[in-house]
This record gives sequence, structure tokens and C-alpha cells, in this order.
Amino acid sequence: MSSDTSTSATWPDEIYNVLVDEKVRQVAYVPDAGHTRLIDHCRANSAMKAVMLTTEEEGIAMLAGAWLGGERGVLLMQSSGVGNCINMLSLSTVCRFPLLMLVTMRGEWGEFNPWQIPMGQGTGPVLEQAGVLVHRIDRAADAAETVLAAARIAFSGDRAAAVLIAQRVIGTKAFK
Amino acid sequence: MSAAPTLERRAVMRKLVADRGGLLVVPGLGSTTYDLAAAGDHPLNFYLWGAMGGAAMIGLGLALAQPARRVLVATGDGEMLMGLGALATIAVQQPKNLAVVVIDNERYAETGLQETHTAHGCDLAGVAKAAGFASVSTVRTEAELAAAVPLLREAPGPIFATIKVTPERPPFVLPSNDGVYIKNRFRAALLETPS
Repeated sequence: MSSDTSTSATWPDEIYNVLVDEKVRQVAYVPDAGHTRLIDHCRANSAMKAVMLTTEEEGIAMLAGAWLGGERGVLLMQSSGVGNCINMLSLSTVCRFPLLMLVTMRGEWGEFNPWQIPMGQGTGPVLEQAGVLVHRIDRAADAAETVLAAARIAFSGDRAAAVLIAQRVIGTKAFK
Repeated sequence: MSAAPTLERRAVMRKLVADRGGLLVVPGLGSTTYDLAAAGDHPLNFYLWGAMGGAAMIGLGLALAQPARRVLVATGDGEMLMGLGALATIAVQQPKNLAVVVIDNERYAETGLQETHTAHGCDLAGVAKAAGFASVSTVRTEAELAAAVPLLREAPGPIFATIKVTPERPPFVLPSNDGVYIKNRFRAALLETPS
């Protein structure tokens, strides 16, 4: 499990409040340790439809459908899931669908699992190559304003925007 | 093996969307997009020219956003096979207003009519049933199609049907491939027009 910071940290609560304020109604997610608290908040909110995915690219398509139907959404995933999304991101970029992605990082700060490192190191560049505007949270104190900035450029600018939440913020996973 | 299919894909699509009323329609890339355009252009068609594997999930997001409107995903077997997990995701949500139809020619028509998994026994209706769809069927005859269409349009979902069709390639009928235009036209017709 994550280190002590993840159980006491309030940044997931602050991100959740931004999603509520921004009228996000559909929350697509692949279950993830770093997003556990945020996912729990969204699942507990009856005004939000929290949808568990089998793979992350499903969420790109689902949120395009949400926007066609007049609703805003968010896609929650881990950095390893970004690699699953690349071709589907053409849907967002070609049609200029608003897309807000919140990505918990693995494969960087203190990573113990070598299998997480390739995709973790590639996450930002790969998203940029696919036409996504990439933001990053390196300090928990910046979480809310960074997510708000990304949400505005997504929903008002009709663009795909990702927020990468640094592994140092989340806490490094340790098997013990 | 079953008898060779006799249903023709363009006629199938015409019947699926006949007298469509407020129906929202999402085809897959390739043949089903052309079939839908051939059945008649409509602002509540969201044509796909890419995003293979995404049609059913676009339908889910739309169905969740518009619970009072019927949503029909009408895609091909190759497109559905690329996103089979969507059937599990949709089944967990149990959207009552969503129907997913696979117009199944057992071929990848766009790339040269190569066989798909359904030509080798993969039973998509069986997959949907096992995933938890409320109702599934495999349609092979005119009579079965006539019985299935009203259910796909009105029965409580999520409902799934595979419709076996001949592997012909009818002439292209190409709708706009301008994604921004298709998106904005759809939203204007749905969100700015009283239903």
C-alpha cells in the first residue's frame, strides 16, 4: 500500500471538490490505489455516475458520448493506462471533445517495480505526441488549482487535457 | 456451422433506423458508418471514421447522459471484437435505454474482407449474455429481424443482437468525416431542440 501520506492527505478531497464545482457528472475509472479516495467520493455522490472500466480507452469513448449527450466527465487512471489510450485519443483530438484525464504516476519517484518504469517515463511525452495538453502536480498544495486549470481548458477550450499527479505526491508503493 | 447468411447489410440498417423518431445512433467505423449514411443522413447520427473499438462505449456515455432517449449502437463485428471489454462495462451499468447491435459479416470489410473471429465460431451474443446483458439474440432470417427490431428500439436494455449478414461490399455512401462538424451538429439537434 501507499505510504502514510496517502491516508491522511487531503489533495484527493480538494480534487473532488473541483470536480463537483465543475459539474462533472460522469466519472470513468480503472480502480487504482492512488485514486482510491477520489473514486470513493465520486461513487458516494448520487449526482455522479461512476463507471468502472475494463481498460482505460473505454473511458475516452464513454466521455465523448457523455459530451454528445450534454454531460461533462473525467477519466481517472494510472500512468500505465495511458498507453492503452493512444489510438482512442484521436476521437478527442479530431472531434475536439473536451477530455479531462487525471493520471496517478508510477515509474518515477522511488519506484521499486521495473515494469512500471517504461510507461511511467513515457507518459508525458506520449500524451503530448497524441495531442493532449499535459499538466503536472508535483506538490499536493497545487492539486486543486492545477485540476481546475485543466478542467477549464478542457471544457471551455474543447481540448484533451491531462493532469499527471506525481508519484512523490501519492506516496511510493511498498510491499510490506 | 450455420447456413450461409442471407440478410443484406444495407437493408438491415434501414430497418434498424426506420421511423427513427428521437433515436440517437452511433455506428462503428467503416461499413456501418456507410450503411447508416445510406439509410439517410441525420443530425442524430454520430458517424465514426476511426476510434476502432469505441462505438459501444460512446453509446454508454450517451445513454447515461440522456436516460430518456433511446440509444442504438450499430457496429461491425471487427469493431466490436476490438473492444469486447465494453460489453462487461455496459452490463455492470445496466442502461435501460441502450441497444448494441453488431452487423456481423464475419469479415474485416475495410481491409480486404479477411475473416474475423466470428467466422471461426466466436459467439458475440454469447459473450454479451455472459457479460450480463438483459437480453441477447442472434438474428439470421427476415422473420427474426422483424421480431428483433421493435425490441431493439423499445425493450428494456441493455439489449444486444448480432445480425448475420452476407459479406458483400455495397457501393460507398460517405458521410462527412469532419469530426467537429458531426459532433456540433449532433449536440445542436439533441440539446438545443425540444424533443
